Amino acid sequence: MSTVAPVRSRPIVGWAVHDGLVVARRNLIQSIRVPESLFFSLVQPVIFVLLFAYVFGGAIPIPGDGANAEDAANAYRNYLMPGIFGQTVAFAAAASTVGIAEDMRKGLIDRFRALPMAHGAVLIGRTFADAGRQILVLAVLSLTGLIVGWRISGGVLNAIYAYLLLLLFAYTVSWVGSTIGLSMPNPETASTAGLAWLFPLTFLSNAFVPISSMPDWLQAFAAFNPVSTLVLSTRELFGNPTGIQPDYWPMQHPEAYTVLACAVIIAIFATLSVRKFGRTTSK
Amino acid sequence: MSDDRAVFAEGVVKKFGEVVALDGMDLTVERGQVVGLLGPNGAGKTTMVRILSTLLAPTEGFARVAGFDVVKEPDEVRRAIGLTGQYAAVDEYLTGRENLRMFGDLYHLEPKYVKRRSQELLDSFDLSEAADRPVRTYSGGMRRRLDLASSLIARPSILFLDEPTTGLDPRSRLGMWAVIESLVAEGTTVLLTTQYLEEADQLAQDIVVIDHGRVIAHGTAEALKDQIGGDRIEVTVVNLGQAGAAAEVLRSVSTGEPAIEEGRVSAPVSGGSTVLVTAIRALDVAGIEVSDLLLRRPTLDDVFMSLTGHAAEDAQPVPAKRGRKGRQS
Ligand SMILES: Nc1ncnc2c1ncn2[C@@H]1O[C@H](COP(=O)(O)OP(=O)(O)OP(=O)(O)O)[C@@H](O)[C@H]1O
Ligand SMILES: [Mg+2]
Repeated sequence: MSTVAPVRSRPIVGWAVHDGLVVARRNLIQSIRVPESLFFSLVQPVIFVLLFAYVFGGAIPIPGDGANAEDAANAYRNYLMPGIFGQTVAFAAAASTVGIAEDMRKGLIDRFRALPMAHGAVLIGRTFADAGRQILVLAVLSLTGLIVGWRISGGVLNAIYAYLLLLLFAYTVSWVGSTIGLSMPNPETASTAGLAWLFPLTFLSNAFVPISSMPDWLQAFAAFNPVSTLVLSTRELFGNPTGIQPDYWPMQHPEAYTVLACAVIIAIFATLSVRKFGRTTSK
Repeated sequence: MSDDRAVFAEGVVKKFGEVVALDGMDLTVERGQVVGLLGPNGAGKTTMVRILSTLLAPTEGFARVAGFDVVKEPDEVRRAIGLTGQYAAVDEYLTGRENLRMFGDLYHLEPKYVKRRSQELLDSFDLSEAADRPVRTYSGGMRRRLDLASSLIARPSILFLDEPTTGLDPRSRLGMWAVIESLVAEGTTVLLTTQYLEEADQLAQDIVVIDHGRVIAHGTAEALKDQIGGDRIEVTVVNLGQAGAAAEVLRSVSTGEPAIEEGRVSAPVSGGSTVLVTAIRALDVAGIEVSDLLLRRPTLDDVFMSLTGHAAEDAQPVPAKRGRKGRQS
């Protein structure tokens, strides 16, 4: 062809991030165009807050807290909120799994792969967007929490740090979710498989009950579960009750362990999924 | 680049487990040429296009596109090509314009250029009115056009079109043909796959007929027609039961094997209208009642029939596994 399309100069952030942002923008536009999906992703955690706060509140004793029933219920709500934060951000992974599977079904993955774009940019965009959506989810959740009596009492900086940890975790599990999505034959299977592992992951943690109330063998698992250290970190940073921690290293150094675990998980799953992406074709 | 051919593939084999999708495909497309890859369902058309567009690695053999090896230099290949797959691959939730912008950005084109080029494409593909509506609201034909527009945003010099008109109504098909013809006029090299013989005839200078993952014939439409021996005589019998007898009669005047399709018997002949007279007499003598009898120039359908023993539209049994097969988008 006579005319050649002019190519732009390389952006400062590099092509991978540029392309990732282009894809992320597209994924975020999708959420705006399908407000229903965003709405329901907000409703579920809100229902959880209300259920736990009013149905279980007080039924699950937090060791070391509240003598009378009223205090105990309040303590549990404050104990509970970080647990729900942790569970909610973990479920960001499911959105990535389904999103990737849908892109494969629609043939978009083929199209992206035939473009001279940066390797892995589709996945970077997917994980950026899915983690980014959690900002809104966390805001709505926090408001609900404040309404039912949850309080932040650890200072503003600590609170910001807690939210950043939650977002880091959402970003981390999005990589795991993307990897799963790439292995799924269709979006229907993806929506089941994308959720299946999240229930044990979030319930076998200190999100809703203290680890010390679990049988010994489970305690070990729960103590090394990054959901537990994430939740414990946010409890500490928000100044919420933490209960008494078992004597495992991660439970004694929850923030360090959480950041470390996220780094390791991202490294592993980013490698896996980028490699898988290179070989996947639309199904 | 020492290799000036747009596409050069040799001995390409692709196996999916037990299934041999490509069984030693050779293909050459010169620059500026339009080549039609013609074959029935399951022949391996999509697989070949996917290999050439770097989406699949061949099991054996090698392929170069724009002078670059599809396995070793995929990025260079991707910069040179545009791909429109068999199913429209555009984002449902974005508008037409947003789709074009996204693909332009991912080709790393100047934002200003992307804007201008998008408008140009939307106009020439008759999408300007729908440009700012989500693609979800588009008709099948509009999606197809947007799909093609998306692969043209970077003005690729080589374009792969996998069944560009499948699922389109006749009017949209003609529109698509016009678009492809104008691209070709601008000098774009096009490799298009199709199951429609008239489409290959209409658009492509060079036709490669494939079946079971191999090239079974190759040439211009005219050459392929000549290859099976010119004219055909076609007889429609009144009584279906007499089709076999009619075939026997035609065998005596034909230059090849007669084919029966319901009550229609056809056979290749040479000698023009004198054969027609002989045939009428012979059919009369044999007491076969004929409702229609004609002599016609061969179409590519006949070529296909004579090359493969089955009509192009006769679907091969395709493994049910491929879920997308039935879906038209
Ligand atoms: N991913 C895959 N896994 C297994 N078999 C496959 C796969 N892709 C294609 N095949 C098989 O390879 C053969 C060629 O398929 P291909 O899609 O290339 O045919 P096609 O000529 O494009 O057919 P159609 O006209 O139906 O689009 C078929 O038998 C098909 O079932
Ligand atoms: Mg095909």
